[in-house]
Amino acid sequence: MQVDPRGQRFAAALTSAVLAAVLITGSAWLLAAQAAVFLVGAVAGVRYSPYGLLYARLLRPRLGPPPESEAPGPPRFAQAVGAAFSVAGLVGLLAGVPVLGPAAVAAALFAAFLNAAFGLCLGCEVYLLLRRALPGDRAAAA
Amino acid sequence: MLDGAAISGGAGAAVLAATLVAATAAGLLWRRANGRFRRAAGSAADEGEEAAMPTGTDLGAPLGERATLVQFSSAFCQPCRATRRVLAEVAAMVDGVAHIEVDAEARLDLVRALDIMRTPTVLVLDSAGRIRTRASGQPRRADVIAAIGAAVD
Repeated sequence: MQVDPRGQRFAAALTSAVLAAVLITGSAWLLAAQAAVFLVGAVAGVRYSPYGLLYARLLRPRLGPPPESEAPGPPRFAQAVGAAFSVAGLVGLLAGVPVLGPAAVAAALFAAFLNAAFGLCLGCEVYLLLRRALPGDRAAAA
Repeated sequence: MLDGAAISGGAGAAVLAATLVAATAAGLLWRRANGRFRRAAGSAADEGEEAAMPTGTDLGAPLGERATLVQFSSAFCQPCRATRRVLAEVAAMVDGVAHIEVDAEARLDLVRALDIMRTPTVLVLDSAGRIRTRASGQPRRADVIAAIGAAVD
């Protein structure tokens, strides 16, 4: 199944707004909600994430079919990276670790904003660097 | 209780502003460098590094008679398909130019030897198989044609 890249940009913009609100308010509930959105996107696929459904319901019917579609793997992997950062941030906020919370949220926001504003998928870029750095040539687990 | 005191409003706003400025700067830099061909280390002018010359056997397909476009791709790569389309089109258009796509994850040996950091990365090889230029990120069609022109000379 292909996904609509415009939906990814939309989801990234919403994600950026939510993470920005988390930084301002320090709300762990809001961050938990965003972590859940990331997890659904990573596990079920981005088209089933709440933001993906919102896009499909509200915007896609007005925009018409996309000029180009893309493979679902990369954005899904990026959602998993986002989930990891949100969970780290959540641990930081709840356990009261001083720097961890804001730093992890800021990192996730950095990536989401780059995707929303420039169409750059940072999680996807990091993937090959990780594979390069790990020893061995075995096939990817994903 | 769940409203963390870890970030207070003011500090949070400062972190937010700094993050957005840093991301915008990073995005602008990325957009400028993305898909641009640069003369590669190990290019014809740089005799010392020719050990990194890939052969047709390395790449799993014969090199082109005049030039070869080597594309490194991976599964987690958004612009790889569009890049494949551009390169295949150019290779079909120019005689003696081959397009070889390499799965980066299956060939981590080549990725390390040729210092591939991102996918897609496109190497332009001349007729002798020397790496003349490289671009990381999706290159523009006109830039690919120009890079081939320079490699064929």
